Amino acid sequence: MISFLRSVSAEFAKIFTTRLWWILAIVLFCYIGLLAGGLAALFGGVQTGVISPDTVNTGGAAITFGTLPPLIYSFASSVGYVFPVLLGALASTGEFRHQTLTPTFLATPRRGVVLGAKTVTLILIGAGLGLVALAASVGIGGGVLSAFGVDALLQGSGTWLLVARTLLAMGLWAAIGVGLGVLVPNQVASIVIVLAFTQFIEPLLRLAASFLEVTAKIGNFLPGAASDALVGASIFTVASPAGAAPLDWWQGGLVLLGYALIATIIGYFVSWKKDVT
Amino acid sequence: MPAGAVIEFHNISKRFGGVAAVNDLSFTVEPGRVTGFLGPNGAGKTTSLRILLGLVAASSGTATFGGVRYRDLPHPLAMVGAALEAASFHPGRSARDHLAVYTIAAGLPRTRVLEVLTQVGLAAHAAQRVGGYSLGMRQRLGLAYALLGDPGVLVLDEPINGLDPEGIRWIRGFLRDMAAEGRTVLVSSHLLSEVQQSVDDVVIIARGQLVHLGPLSSLDTDAAPQTIVDSPDRDALAAALTAAGITFSIGRTGLLAATPDPGLLGHLAFTAGVELSVLHRQKAGLEDSFLALVGGGHSL
Repeated sequence: MISFLRSVSAEFAKIFTTRLWWILAIVLFCYIGLLAGGLAALFGGVQTGVISPDTVNTGGAAITFGTLPPLIYSFASSVGYVFPVLLGALASTGEFRHQTLTPTFLATPRRGVVLGAKTVTLILIGAGLGLVALAASVGIGGGVLSAFGVDALLQGSGTWLLVARTLLAMGLWAAIGVGLGVLVPNQVASIVIVLAFTQFIEPLLRLAASFLEVTAKIGNFLPGAASDALVGASIFTVASPAGAAPLDWWQGGLVLLGYALIATIIGYFVSWKKDVT
Repeated sequence: MPAGAVIEFHNISKRFGGVAAVNDLSFTVEPGRVTGFLGPNGAGKTTSLRILLGLVAASSGTATFGGVRYRDLPHPLAMVGAALEAASFHPGRSARDHLAVYTIAAGLPRTRVLEVLTQVGLAAHAAQRVGGYSLGMRQRLGLAYALLGDPGVLVLDEPINGLDPEGIRWIRGFLRDMAAEGRTVLVSSHLLSEVQQSVDDVVIIARGQLVHLGPLSSLDTDAAPQTIVDSPDRDALAAALTAAGITFSIGRTGLLAATPDPGLLGHLAFTAGVELSVLHRQKAGLEDSFLALVGGGHSL
């Protein structure tokens, strides 16, 4: 146990002694802040009549009062989730790339302990990135909504539940990143997979799956869909045609955890416990 | 400082695919001495050391420190310090932070970081990112990592590679000091000349197999020794040698007699009344004996 806690502290030190974490945090904040602030202005303006509905082709999708703030706030995870995945994947592939597995396993010969500590550490740091993303989506997005006279719902417990679930989702995404990194230890390959899957393949799959009820049920188990179910709101669920009902929030959480565990456990056997040469 | 432990290799074998990298290797390394682990590149030195440290799984056999496998040591860094050939650093991390990470992981006091950096002469560069380090500085940082836990056993893979002459002199003294304090020091090299001034014992492997084991001086006697002898009257000398049944060949500086004993030749010449102009033992260099041992078909 004490060796596990030491490993966790060491993994924290590994993240915070290189520059990647704060670069990702700054980019994440700006990206989500721009997106949430911009769309809050657009939707808020349409809803309050400041911007004429004729100016913006909404395709007839009526947005009712009360749903707008969670939609804006959920950008933290529905768009921002790629950041903790990247940090997690870079944390584990970096050990292979820079051959730091050697000093790591010399200091802590129990390799399972190290991988477990890395996962726990990245869950916490992923949640930290979630905090940064929420600061942008709730802070800037909510501020813009208020400026347009839309109730930002900051008093409602619903918003704070969404905040808590977003932190959980972002932590789990970082764990998925760690798992992917041990599954595909080649850093470049890992980054390409993360970007291609999150930015291109999964959104397309979710859209394609949503047209039929049967496939929509399967589509619910895609990691992005599970994450949105966990958080409870997403631009993707609003934008997709009516399909099957999404998973419950806890089911979504379990699906995400499942992806993280499966990737990490398989990765442990295919790369982590292999010879370090 | 913990006492040095005996390193034991018991019938270690390792196959990569169908190729045997290490084949039935057994030897022990004693505390209080510097042991050179020698062999040409590709002989299996690094693989053997990585098996010893639990980084590579042996196909068969065991390697232990005082009877305990590395992964079962209660405080590995405080018992065994290892510096392996690979440059195992994140280039964006400073030397100080690099060492701090593993100090935390091993539960060692944080003050050790600056102590070991001072010990290897890197204190002035502690805050510098390792990406900007020269090869020699990286070697020193690797050594600093090995020293973090003030271990009784040191396992160093090619520690002299990339050091400048001043660094080489420094590490030779360092290895002697460590052994003098009673630690076990195992240091690998592909060049005998690199380590022959520092080692007490040698373990020589070639093609994954043990070819020689013993004190450094044992390399001396292994090579077939000859004695060079010459006389102003070379024919008379040759006749005396032939009469005594000593075979010889004619070399550049005299006759190369197949005997290690100059005294015998001196006596022979004296009784035969032949004047000698040259009489000395032909010392095969340690390096020659080393190359003869590991050569066998693919010398360097």
